[in-house]
Amino acid sequence: MIVLLLLLLPLVGGLVAFFLKEGNSARGWSLAIALATLAVSVVGIIGAKGSENLFFSAPWMGNLGTRFSIALDGMSQILCLLMAVSYPLIFLSTWKSNYSKPANFFGLMLLAQAGMIGVFIATDALLFYFFWELALIPVYFLCSGWGGERRIPVTFKFFIYTFTASLLMLLGLLYLYFQTPDRSFALEAFYALKLPNETQLWVFWLLFIAFAVKMPVFPFHTWQPDTYEQSPTAVTMVLSGLMVKMGVYGVIRWVLPVVPVASYQWGDVVMSMAVIGIVYASVLAMQQNDLKRLVAYSSIAHVGLMAAAIFAETKTGLQGVLMQMFNHGVNIIGLWIVVELIERQFKTRKLSELGGVAQKAPGLTILLVILALANVSLPLTNSFVGEFLMFNGIFNSTATKYSALFSAVALISIILSAVYTLGMIQKIFYGPTNSITENTHDIFTNERVALGVIVLLIVTFGVYPQPLLNLTSDFVDVLLKQASVANLMVK
Amino acid sequence: MKNLIFLIPLLPLIGFLVNGLGRKTLPKGVVSLIGCGVVLGSFLISLMIFLQGSYSATPFKYFDFINVGDLKIPFSFQVDQLSTLFILIITGVGFLIHMYSTAYMHEEKREHYGRYFAYLNLFIFSMLLLVMGGNFLIMFIGWEGVGLCSYLLIGYWFKHIDYTKAAKKAFVMNRIGDFGFLLAIFWIVQQWGTLSFYDLFNAETGKVAIMSAQNTTAVIGITLLLFVGAAGKSAQIPLYTWLPDAMAGPTPVSALIHAATMVTAGIYMIARSNVLYNLAPFTLTIIAIIGAATALLAATIALKQNDIKKVLAYSTVSQLGYMFLALGSGAYVAAIFHVMTHAFFKALLFLGSGSVIHAMSGQQDIRFMGGLKSKLKITYATFVIGCLAIAGIPPLSGFFSKDAVLLAAFEHNTFLYIVALITAALTAFYMFRLLFITFHGSFRGTEEQKHHVHESPAAMTIPLIVLAVLSIVGGFVGVPEAFIQGGEKLTRFLQPVVPAFAHHISHSTEYLLMLVTAVISIIAIVIAWMRYRTYKEEKSTPFGKVLANNWYVDEVYNSAIVKPLNKFGSFANTYFERSGIDALVNGVGRMVNYGSRQLRWLQSGQIGSYILLMVISMVLLFVLQFFLRS
Amino acid sequence: MNVQYYIFLSVALFVIGIVGVLTRRNAIIVFMCIELMLNAVNLLLVAFSKMHHLANSAKDITAGTDGQLFVFFIMVVAAAEVSVGLAIIVMLYRNTQSIDINFLNRLKH
Repeated sequence: MIVLLLLLLPLVGGLVAFFLKEGNSARGWSLAIALATLAVSVVGIIGAKGSENLFFSAPWMGNLGTRFSIALDGMSQILCLLMAVSYPLIFLSTWKSNYSKPANFFGLMLLAQAGMIGVFIATDALLFYFFWELALIPVYFLCSGWGGERRIPVTFKFFIYTFTASLLMLLGLLYLYFQTPDRSFALEAFYALKLPNETQLWVFWLLFIAFAVKMPVFPFHTWQPDTYEQSPTAVTMVLSGLMVKMGVYGVIRWVLPVVPVASYQWGDVVMSMAVIGIVYASVLAMQQNDLKRLVAYSSIAHVGLMAAAIFAETKTGLQGVLMQMFNHGVNIIGLWIVVELIERQFKTRKLSELGGVAQKAPGLTILLVILALANVSLPLTNSFVGEFLMFNGIFNSTATKYSALFSAVALISIILSAVYTLGMIQKIFYGPTNSITENTHDIFTNERVALGVIVLLIVTFGVYPQPLLNLTSDFVDVLLKQASVANLMVK
Repeated sequence: MKNLIFLIPLLPLIGFLVNGLGRKTLPKGVVSLIGCGVVLGSFLISLMIFLQGSYSATPFKYFDFINVGDLKIPFSFQVDQLSTLFILIITGVGFLIHMYSTAYMHEEKREHYGRYFAYLNLFIFSMLLLVMGGNFLIMFIGWEGVGLCSYLLIGYWFKHIDYTKAAKKAFVMNRIGDFGFLLAIFWIVQQWGTLSFYDLFNAETGKVAIMSAQNTTAVIGITLLLFVGAAGKSAQIPLYTWLPDAMAGPTPVSALIHAATMVTAGIYMIARSNVLYNLAPFTLTIIAIIGAATALLAATIALKQNDIKKVLAYSTVSQLGYMFLALGSGAYVAAIFHVMTHAFFKALLFLGSGSVIHAMSGQQDIRFMGGLKSKLKITYATFVIGCLAIAGIPPLSGFFSKDAVLLAAFEHNTFLYIVALITAALTAFYMFRLLFITFHGSFRGTEEQKHHVHESPAAMTIPLIVLAVLSIVGGFVGVPEAFIQGGEKLTRFLQPVVPAFAHHISHSTEYLLMLVTAVISIIAIVIAWMRYRTYKEEKSTPFGKVLANNWYVDEVYNSAIVKPLNKFGSFANTYFERSGIDALVNGVGRMVNYGSRQLRWLQSGQIGSYILLMVISMVLLFVLQFFLRS
Repeated sequence: MNVQYYIFLSVALFVIGIVGVLTRRNAIIVFMCIELMLNAVNLLLVAFSKMHHLANSAKDITAGTDGQLFVFFIMVVAAAEVSVGLAIIVMLYRNTQSIDINFLNRLKH
């Protein structure tokens, strides 16, 4: 039942939020709901290990062969934890932002959360698709309703982009549905399918493109910097910290084990795309003058690494991906909090117009420097462990002949990330102050708390990552067993 | 024992946290006390371990750091003879420099003072992790940690944008090295499945020796990649250009990080992996060549520098080249020996230069100094000792360590030996050029500076004196067998970890080599004395200009790497991204739009046209059905 | 009698109908042309039906009768259609004072 509660809390909470008249009550209500979700998910992970509370299944749409079945396994747990940790942080850090029609805003935010949690726990293809769109639609309205100047064309592009891709996915899922012997949408039925190799090769792309757009993997990434730039920061946090994980999740849950032979066959192609994307996005990040675009490209690089590590099909790599999904979500939300702070204070995100903030706002500087160090994955920050495992997984992969080459090229990103991240710090914080940054004030308590929690998470899981790794260990073993048939086939 | 060892890095970490969090509230006295106290504490503990001589070959495991499938990396420390020696250098010299800093930085504002000591303590912590780590990953944690501290401390005066640029350059250059280090780590995992030094290298069950033959691709690849890491951290060609720029940091930082400890991490790593390197003579040759080339190149640049710290920086690069030459010749102990003596006399020289800069109110250009020997007596005396030591004048410490390096080079390759010998002469020359221009002749600063010049306080001179004493006597731990029966104490001390260098040179040849070195250095000093006894404006020659500008290496890097990358980036940003991929996506949308606008005309509302179309298509279908079917 | 003659006649009638529908704008004439086409088909159906019956009645007494059945269906449907169609034309005439079908494209607005 816990798993159902996890889904219903934000869903009902979001619907209720629409009817709250006053802005502050909507704000408080959503924060309370988010905290309640956090409590439930923590209970769901620590308290309910292996119990029946983690599964729920009920009939849904008659005889269609689909059931409302949801489950909380290792990967779902770590992602639901991320969802639950992020939302209070998002609400807390944007506490002082003023939105027109706050009730609608917070209602949509919570609905998006419900949709994403649904994606992470659904074990039925149709239900998965349903939640996939449920998560997308509120975000579309959030971007187009509360975004920047160019929000309408940009969000339209974002919507069409992702929607087209998800239609392809629907096509793929339906095809798989018709292949199952007793017409079922259940995940197990899909796993049990043994499609002929030639079929797998094209079904793979139907499914993969949807996820690749969401992640996004080069060259499907162009919606991202624009959308991040134009969305209100709270929504950008949701988009980059959380929604991106839907794509990664989708590949791990619905592509790798369902079409293992194709994943193995196309592994080289996907990994080259991902690896090129890592370097490409890093080089572009060095060129950005807009803070939001810089973080966006940096995120593309990090997610590209995850994509590459998935297709390496090694235990260390996948464990790294799962851990990094959590870490990347937390870290990038921290970065967006700082971006929001800077934008609100100085009314600009242009790096060239900033400078000297460190003299006026030491607290902010220290917190951002720690976040930046996590972004360049310095040891003893959480992302080092994830990236180390992923690089190690790629290097030691047996799924591709070019493992050393891929990891070497991907590893260039640690050099480039240092260049753009430290460049960013230098341009914002160091040097003399100018007319814009002269009257900087340090950060408010709510932001300090939010960033403090994030820094705590960064350091804790950087020094002692084992709890997160243990959480997903069993899941990865099962997954690799499912996908490993591919390794029997000679490439 | 296990907990005591854990305390060594923990103390500086506590110091970092306390000083960092309390930097606004704690008074400066408390900050200095904590900052110096924790390092002294670590030093005393390590001294105790050293005196007890209780080393363990197996690492102490504290907790599982990463435990995924077959990959098990514990958080473990290994305290054997090699790491103990480094711990002693780090905490000992580190403590002296902390003490020196309390006086050198006393004019800083309270919170910056606290920040400075927090960084220094964090550095000591990271450096201790580096040398105490029981496996490559823990070493790598410290490795990156010291890079971070170096970044923070070079950019300590963050108001100067140039300083922060130098800091960034140092970090990025180090990252290029780390790139190699990480790849090597992954390769080691692939090859042997473990990162633990004990499992890899121990004499009985060490996987490296058991599983690998000489000169296999894997061994050569791993050693080369590890060397890339070492070259980044220890400023070797082609990654050395960050070190001279790193002089933007406060002088004690240059002494601690960029002379005595951090830059020698690469030597430590290679010495630690000597089992691996002995399997790869090819890599060793490359290391020796690069070491010798770096030594010579940096020494030539140092000839023409006028910034007191820049001279010392290039001298450091050059001496590091020596150490790599020793490593490449297979004389690991000689390299470590030189690390130790170099830590003493280079820290001494840097601190001495700090004392001079302090006295001159921040002036670093030696052309505007001169005649300081009478005003700064202690600084002058210790500086002379430092110069003599680095020039390799017997019986100071530099003589013995440099001699060990040269001996190894001679045994390995005569050409490299000659390069090293030339470098030795150059070293003596530029160091004494520096000494004479700075301390001799007449005072060339401003009137204001002339009044201000004063000897530094005791907190600064005591470390100078201690280091000067160490620079004199430090060499006696490695007096060669040729002199005393039962010499080479260091070699025997390190025997369990690092194999001794077996040379086949007769004692008479050895004496001859030493004599040659000493004579050449003395001649160089005499030339320097004649040329710079009284200061004369140096004539600018074309070649001198090339040297003064660091052979234009920075410019070459800039136009060969940085600019093309930026060009590509901005090209990709403006064209490929916008009119390439994005245009493709938008183009699809526009095409659909255009197409539907054209198709709209078909839906005219004219019934006649509908029917006509219908009829035409029907006729076409008929034709298809009856005539075109084959 | 040979069935070919019926086919020729009916094709001729059908083509006349089509050309009429396409070229004439008077709704009544268009209507009549549609009827012409329908009747062309009817004629064809009856002709084929008779042909089948003559060929197969020895084995099956009802052979080919379904063709004639269809003719009746078509006549009934055509009658209904004509009544509706004529009503539309009358309404059209009342509204526009004309029975030109090109006026009908106004429906799309």
